[in-house]
Amino acid sequence: MIAIETLRTEFPALQRQVNSRPLAYLDNAATSQKPLAVLQAMDDYYRLHNANVHRGVHTLSEEATALYEGARGRIARFIHAPSSKQVIFTRNATEAVNLVAYSWGLSTLRAGDEVLITEMEHHADIVPWQIITERTGATLRYVPLAPEGTLRLDLLDTLLTERTRLFAFTAMSNVLGTINPVAELVQRAHAVGALALVDGAQSVPHLPVDVQALDCDFLVFSGHKMCGPTGSGVLYGRRELLETMPPFMGGGDMIREVRLSGSRWNSLPWKFEAGTPAIAEVIGLGAAVDYLSALGMEWVRQREHELVRYAMQQLSQVEGLHILGPGPEQRGGAVAFTLGDVHPHDIAAILDAEGIAIRAGHHCAQPIHDFYGIPASARASFYFYNTLEEIDRLAVALTKVQTLLG
Amino acid sequence: MDSLYREEILDHYRHPRHRGHLAAPDISHSDHNPFCGDEITLELKVEDGVVTDAAFDGRGCAISQASASMMTDEIIGKSLDELKQWGKDDLLALLGIEIGPVRLKCALLPLKALKAGVWGVDEE
Repeated sequence: MIAIETLRTEFPALQRQVNSRPLAYLDNAATSQKPLAVLQAMDDYYRLHNANVHRGVHTLSEEATALYEGARGRIARFIHAPSSKQVIFTRNATEAVNLVAYSWGLSTLRAGDEVLITEMEHHADIVPWQIITERTGATLRYVPLAPEGTLRLDLLDTLLTERTRLFAFTAMSNVLGTINPVAELVQRAHAVGALALVDGAQSVPHLPVDVQALDCDFLVFSGHKMCGPTGSGVLYGRRELLETMPPFMGGGDMIREVRLSGSRWNSLPWKFEAGTPAIAEVIGLGAAVDYLSALGMEWVRQREHELVRYAMQQLSQVEGLHILGPGPEQRGGAVAFTLGDVHPHDIAAILDAEGIAIRAGHHCAQPIHDFYGIPASARASFYFYNTLEEIDRLAVALTKVQTLLG
Repeated sequence: MDSLYREEILDHYRHPRHRGHLAAPDISHSDHNPFCGDEITLELKVEDGVVTDAAFDGRGCAISQASASMMTDEIIGKSLDELKQWGKDDLLALLGIEIGPVRLKCALLPLKALKAGVWGVDEE
């Protein structure tokens, strides 16, 4: 039994007051708060071991390299990657999608090929494919949404064809909270000879993820949504693919040798890590993964499931409130909603006055809002450290919004 | 912070003045704020260089809608020359609230439409 109040003391930002009230931080789908263990690991690196990695023969450089590569190994184990060579550090999930799009996409896609994504995607998994398909002459297709906030998987038979080269989809919607059947979708992609890229930005922080069980070809995620620092992200890739893909960016560290006549690339994973990496951030992400592993991802999933079930129950009692997306059984930690005709920015501003932080806007997923014919929505999103009391405060504050502006 | 939604603002939001369209406006300008989806169309009737009537239509947050309502109320009777001098500080004084940088864009959207209309800037 993990005591939530004790666990919360490990997160300095959760001790804050906002507008004279205890902060209720319900914007975790945007970014999570950071535990002391992560802050300490980054601080230790800068105070004690600060040096560049992979270069020096001096003590500090060796220590920094051991910490950086050690984090890679722990992150690889966290997602059950067969080898740490398959874990490539990027700035965030967005950069990881772009790496695949520019490296694999530009060198592979031709006119007549198709890339399939979904209407549920975050802009990070839409825009790179719009750019790359336009440049290569390939066609971009979308799996449509169903009104209940799930994917129209009944249409997959016609959308996934022998022309499909890649099926890229989110494991969990950052707006609707919908958890997609990842293993099944990967299998469907493979059945027509397509690769499968999984956007794990919302799933890796909240669920146990095993890339070998999912059998995906690529998985992308961001460190800052899983207790880690901003500037740390991961691309996991199938070994044979990463070996044959051309570099994404050129520079130091990604080369074996550089001659005026040309260069040869470094081996994996460094082939894709040009320049001095975000050393402190990767070390911080390693500490975040240790922290989450100690809690246990099964526990994190269960805890959030309780929070979301309770939140949906409490929010559905607020007059005029409409929740987007499926019921709690098929949902992760995000609950987006509308409240009558009240503009989401008004909702968020009034909640902020109560010390409650939520997101308002289109959450980098405009197509979802277009589908529902709304310009924006409000979103409360939970992490394991949130409490039922915070959800009660949210419901009370939303009733106040309804009285004030409804 | 509750003062952002003080009673007068709420009153203008719930009961907007001059919402709708004029029969034959002399000046009409639309603008929008892509960040939050606020939209406004402002119409002015002008006789001898003086605004004799004004109307607005649009959708958005309470701040942008209350601001449009209060602004249309205020500018009727003013000359176009006066309105060219009339600006951000005047509108914020009308609103009478302290406002952060993000919501400032909401509050000032009606003014953007007014300025573009008064100076004869082409619509996008």
